[in-house]
Amino acid sequence: MPVNHQKNIIEIKNLSFAYRENIVLKDVNLTIHQGDYLGVIGPNGSGKSTLLKLIVGLLPKQNGEILLFGEPIDKFKKWHKFGYISQRAINFDFLFPATVTEVVAMGRYNQASLFNRTKQTDKNLIEQALRNVDMWDFRDRLIGDLSSGQQQRIFIARALCSEPEVILLDEPTVGVDISAQEKFYTLLKKLNQELNLTLIMVSHDMEAMAKEATELACVNQNVTYHSDPQACIRGDFLQKLYGNSSNIIFHRH
Amino acid sequence: MWSIFNYDFIIRAIEAGLLIALIAPMLGIFLVLRRYSLIADTLSHVSLAGVAIGLLLNINPIITALGAAVLASLSIERLRLSKKIYGESALSIFLSGSLALAIVLISYSHGFNVNLLNYLFGSIVTVRPTDVYIIGLLSIIAGVLLMIFFRQLLFISFDEEAAQVSGLKIKLYNSLFMVLSAIIIAISIEIVGVLLISALLVLPVITALQFKKSFKLTLLIAELISVFSMITGLLFSFYFNISSGGTIVLTMLTIFILTTLFKKISD
Repeated sequence: MPVNHQKNIIEIKNLSFAYRENIVLKDVNLTIHQGDYLGVIGPNGSGKSTLLKLIVGLLPKQNGEILLFGEPIDKFKKWHKFGYISQRAINFDFLFPATVTEVVAMGRYNQASLFNRTKQTDKNLIEQALRNVDMWDFRDRLIGDLSSGQQQRIFIARALCSEPEVILLDEPTVGVDISAQEKFYTLLKKLNQELNLTLIMVSHDMEAMAKEATELACVNQNVTYHSDPQACIRGDFLQKLYGNSSNIIFHRH
Repeated sequence: MWSIFNYDFIIRAIEAGLLIALIAPMLGIFLVLRRYSLIADTLSHVSLAGVAIGLLLNINPIITALGAAVLASLSIERLRLSKKIYGESALSIFLSGSLALAIVLISYSHGFNVNLLNYLFGSIVTVRPTDVYIIGLLSIIAGVLLMIFFRQLLFISFDEEAAQVSGLKIKLYNSLFMVLSAIIIAISIEIVGVLLISALLVLPVITALQFKKSFKLTLLIAELISVFSMITGLLFSFYFNISSGGTIVLTMLTIFILTTLFKKISD
């Protein structure tokens, strides 16, 4: 499938969101195109995760518009096109009795794949997904016995299994050690460039995002969009985003 | 030894007991993994109020227990979703409220004609012939529903948010799960007793979890423990004329302790 970078996958118009009186997002406008690798950055509590949750419908929309593949979110039904890896996914119950294969198979449990499935397609998709994230050899291990970097790859495989077009990740590298993080970024690049998946990733690691992502959305109640992440990092924009008083420490590895 | 099968009531108890033992871990594994064990306790107390109503109105107590438990399960789910009170508070309101109702009804009618202890702790003599049919029918319904929706319940238990994003209707599955819990608890009340039902659902699963196996294998181990404990418990109950709920749960507890000890030694 050729990637059409002009095609709008997600359109957000004048979106606002408040937890009770607390305004988290205000008049957000953002368009995400097919094949984008969008890094969503911003200070703690800036509304990054809220934005992601609104896009996937985990939070109810209050004001504004969200269009997914051209359809208003309330009418959207093709949720199998979205893979979501939550922060909670990383903090799952380590004693949960499930093997890697059982976890990845969950990606086949949604409506769309339930009525349109054979055991063999399921099996093939699971194997393909595990091979794509380089974890096929771990298929019979318990998920709780893996390192957090490996678990992260399994969650990616689970998302791949539902044959999505977009994968959304909420702070996936928290608690993952540096060398595993690098492998993880390599994997994401492969998903974006070879498998043509659109990626939206919330992260507090601005430097990594500026390097890895092809677009940046800087969130602090509203969203500033940058189609050139490197320029964004070089300019004084981040100072504005985080306030002049804060020190931004870049750690180079 | 085989004289046991000359008694109709023990055959009925074994038939009903086996159905319950087979279905309990299928529900219990989700109760344990979702930290929902208290729901089983609450619904079993609600069932007791249902039993009291049934005895008072002269209706089969399994039917009234089922009605009460299903009604309560849906109300608890609603109350929790409204977020006006904490989920656990919703449970304790129902637990103590229904126990209070049961006690009032029972003392009002001067203890009925049956032994209340039978419903609290379980007894093999309470299972009447029609009960076996009701238990059979309900456990088939619950079992089939659990098998159909097993994978979705597993996904929701493991990662509710990702399951929701993938398109699963979480509210629907949670309500279904609550109703299934109500059914299984209502049919278990005669043999295991109100106070011990949650142990029946939870203990075999907790024991099976010690083996650290895949989900399927964990469930299979829990099934084996559940069925073995049910038969052993019923036989003890018959030969020594003691409460079946007590003997079944003690058998399960013994297996749990032995497993933990064995794991400790082998590590």
